[in-house]
Amino acid sequence: MVRLITHNLLACHAKGCTSNNFPLAFSNVQIEIREAEFNPEFLKNFIPKVEWNALVDTARQLGDTSLPLEQPEMLDEEFLKSLHHVLLEIHVEEGVMTCPNCKHEYPISNGIPNMLLAEHEIG
Amino acid sequence: MSRPELQAPPEIYYGDVEAKKYTKNTRNQQIQADMTYRALELLNLPPDEPALLLDIGCGSGLSGEILDEEGYIWTGVDIAPSMLEVALEREVEGDLFLQDIGQGFGFRPGSFDGAISISVLQWLLNAETSHPTSSPPHRLNRFFTTLHSALKNPSRAVFQFYPSSDDQIQLITSIAQKAGFGGGIIVDYPNSNKARKVFLCLLVGGGGGQQQMPKGLDGEEVEDSRARFETRRERTGKDKNGKRKNMKVIDRDWILKKKELYRKRGKESVPRDSKFTGRKRRPVF
Repeated sequence: MVRLITHNLLACHAKGCTSNNFPLAFSNVQIEIREAEFNPEFLKNFIPKVEWNALVDTARQLGDTSLPLEQPEMLDEEFLKSLHHVLLEIHVEEGVMTCPNCKHEYPISNGIPNMLLAEHEIG
Repeated sequence: MSRPELQAPPEIYYGDVEAKKYTKNTRNQQIQADMTYRALELLNLPPDEPALLLDIGCGSGLSGEILDEEGYIWTGVDIAPSMLEVALEREVEGDLFLQDIGQGFGFRPGSFDGAISISVLQWLLNAETSHPTSSPPHRLNRFFTTLHSALKNPSRAVFQFYPSSDDQIQLITSIAQKAGFGGGIIVDYPNSNKARKVFLCLLVGGGGGQQQMPKGLDGEEVEDSRARFETRRERTGKDKNGKRKNMKVIDRDWILKKKELYRKRGKESVPRDSKFTGRKRRPVF
């Protein structure tokens, strides 16, 4: 159940890993598409928080090319719909997330990422 | 019985059995629901704006279900895999993370519009190993600093928890303040043993009086809630009694069982069993 909305907020939190620790890279993923309720108000509020390049890159990596490379100024219905699909309907069920900086791996199983750190990695 | 947080670490205490028990218990459900609604009230989010919330210690999603109903998008973290499994089975909408909140969060700054946490903080107050990162102050500090940065400005985080002493409250609030939070403790129904609930309401930003601390519930509403509770119990009690009266079938088996019991206890003059035992008398008798 890792949706891209949370993936776009998630950085590595291992000890000493403070820069270049976002976005976590997916590998070996299994994806499931589940429909969710379309909520344009929420999306409009959320857009300022999105790290656009990371979102587009990740979406393309997962095989969804509906988002434009540049964040559009105009928020039309069609754009919001595809944003909704990318953010809230793509669920990563299995796979691994790897920190681009410290290479820490967070395994995802059954849709739940394991964010636990070993003792020496706790900041 | 001693408090659960003193018996075992959360990921062990809430194993498969306890996780199911906890989730199925209707009294737990009711209390959790009440506290979640109260926490949302204390969060004081702008109405009609769907917000992104963080549910800290989401467990089996009892509070998450209410967030779903209220139309919030949420992310939940918990350390007990069994609880998260139950949450998956219950098909809550939020994203779930297996995470030790004492290790801190990795969310980008300003990610969430608010955070709630029901009956969790007390679990952070026990050291599980002697490693320095396992001491409660260190874990609390890590938790509050990373949470503070993950919340947007201005926003709030509301924690309901069960402190066992004033020292614990002192420890928690002082560390939260060091991490940059404003706000403090709110006690609902301080004069009631049963209804008393402690909330830690932390404010991010909003200095200069933009955010006002909410007040705890007290006075008459204590009576109110207690009365509500009593009537509910009475009513269900009556129902039960009424049902039991209706359900109690005095048949031959029941009579034989009773007679056997009396004989075992040494009661004299218990009528002997015969083919007439438990039969109805004829009206002509």
